[in-house]
Amino acid sequence: MAASTIAIPQKVALTERPDFRVIGQIVEPGARVLDLGCGEGELLAWLMENKGVLARGVEISASQVRKAISRGVSAYQGDIDEGLADYPDRAFDYVILSQTLQETRSPLQVLKEMLRVGRRAIVSFPNFGHWTVRRAMLFTGQAPKTKLFPYDWYNSPNIHFLSIRDFEGLCAESSFPIAERYFLAGSSRITFAPNLLAQTAVFLLG
Amino acid sequence: MVVETQYARFESIALDSGATLSPVEIAFETYGQLNPDRSNAILITHAFTGDAHAAGISHDGGKPGWWDNMIGHGKAFDTERYFVICSNVLGGCQGTTGPGSINPATGRPYAMSFPVITIRDMVRLQRMLVAKLGISQLLCVAGGSMGGMQALEWAVSHPEMVRSVIPIATTWRHSAQQIAFNEVGRQAIMADPDWNQGEYYDSKPPARGLSVARMVGHITYMSDESMREKFGRRLREKEKFGFDFGVDFEVESYLRYRGNQFVSRFDANSYLYITKAEDYFDLTNGTGRLAEAFRLDGITPVDTRFLVISFTSDWLYPSYQSQEIVRVLRRLNGDIAYCDLQSNYGHDAFLVDVAEQTEIVRGFLNSTARIAKAA
Repeated sequence: MAASTIAIPQKVALTERPDFRVIGQIVEPGARVLDLGCGEGELLAWLMENKGVLARGVEISASQVRKAISRGVSAYQGDIDEGLADYPDRAFDYVILSQTLQETRSPLQVLKEMLRVGRRAIVSFPNFGHWTVRRAMLFTGQAPKTKLFPYDWYNSPNIHFLSIRDFEGLCAESSFPIAERYFLAGSSRITFAPNLLAQTAVFLLG
Repeated sequence: MVVETQYARFESIALDSGATLSPVEIAFETYGQLNPDRSNAILITHAFTGDAHAAGISHDGGKPGWWDNMIGHGKAFDTERYFVICSNVLGGCQGTTGPGSINPATGRPYAMSFPVITIRDMVRLQRMLVAKLGISQLLCVAGGSMGGMQALEWAVSHPEMVRSVIPIATTWRHSAQQIAFNEVGRQAIMADPDWNQGEYYDSKPPARGLSVARMVGHITYMSDESMREKFGRRLREKEKFGFDFGVDFEVESYLRYRGNQFVSRFDANSYLYITKAEDYFDLTNGTGRLAEAFRLDGITPVDTRFLVISFTSDWLYPSYQSQEIVRVLRRLNGDIAYCDLQSNYGHDAFLVDVAEQTEIVRGFLNSTARIAKAA
């Protein structure tokens, strides 16, 4: 519930979110999809429209759930950290956690649950290892405030900070099978020095 | 939109109690046009003291319907797109057969010889009406409070007949607190000497008892905050206390007014029967296993779409009761949308605080109609 007490800027539209485009490519038509932290349901609405998926969303913010429902998305207001426990095993083909991992209280628990509830998990997050973040920290000596992490430390929804290397480390440690990695600089996919150059990472697990 | 109440008559209805009512009449209104493939019908189910007049201006009294802010041209239940039906519940006193109706066997009102009815009986009669209107599947059944119980009962009893349901500010079974408030209302009525074991139709109705019952009801429909805002400690047409037991406070005046007004439109025996139906309401028939209730054949989960709505300040039907429904449907991987809408109006919110409710109901119906069309 911690995140709900903080003023979070509205999530940006689908076209401004390169990770959405990657997710849109991964998910095959007709799949059963659960989006954790679905916001106003932009991604799910797009997947319903373009991929004919069976879509469900969870979002903690009442105003965003309202928007998602009015968009025709079956979203419900709830806490990701608690909500997954109700679902049976393999209830979905894909469980998506898009730019939300860093906002959950127990990321490891959430990832385990995603892989129980879904055949596959899609996780995207902003890369804290990006050179702009490193530079900001180095030169200011303050909690970095960049384009990628635009919040002041005291009102940020982000409660965990992770780099691509951190995430890969956790996957190795917890034996989460990584099926595919997508590293994005802007909207283009890169392969060279991703932990330094990628702003966003999208992992397909399972 | 001027509307007129219509009536349908059926030979008999078999009730949960084992009794049969014969004949039975149901009052209903419709708004909008049924489309050629009969796929745009929505049934609105009313709360405890509601009636068939949900929308428009009544032909006789010129009164607006009880959910006129939600039903009509361009509203949440858009009558340009949907064919909306609302009927008075079984056991009611506004056109549908109830304890105040004449028992053909005796030529006198049933009074307490009327059989005890349940929410499922109310739904059974609605189903008969829907069939008579030539509709084999409803796009949606929607209602708040006791109307929400009927919507849930539809999803469980007749899942093949409902594409979606919108239970609002409601519960899957009446709780001890809800039963307790109903019992206070019933005792107030039965303690009034004018009640006379229910035999008052030839004389004076138990106006004082019924009025007190309604006053208690009204308190439960509001919230501490809405009462503070609406009345505070303001005095009624006086500068200082009267030092007597007349009306001092604005809130006293309001409750008395609502109580008295209610007596002229509601039958005390219907109050007893309908509150009993609410108290008996339990989708699981006492097992407490809600997941089983939502499975069509005990295995396959119900495929009806759900939009569950609760209100943050509703303490009569608190949000946790809606959330229990949501959790179970999630466990069944059902198609569920849920929102706990922010409102200060307490239980009454679904009737008065409709801006956000409109937004989500509209979107939900829209997508339901789209899915129905694609199927």
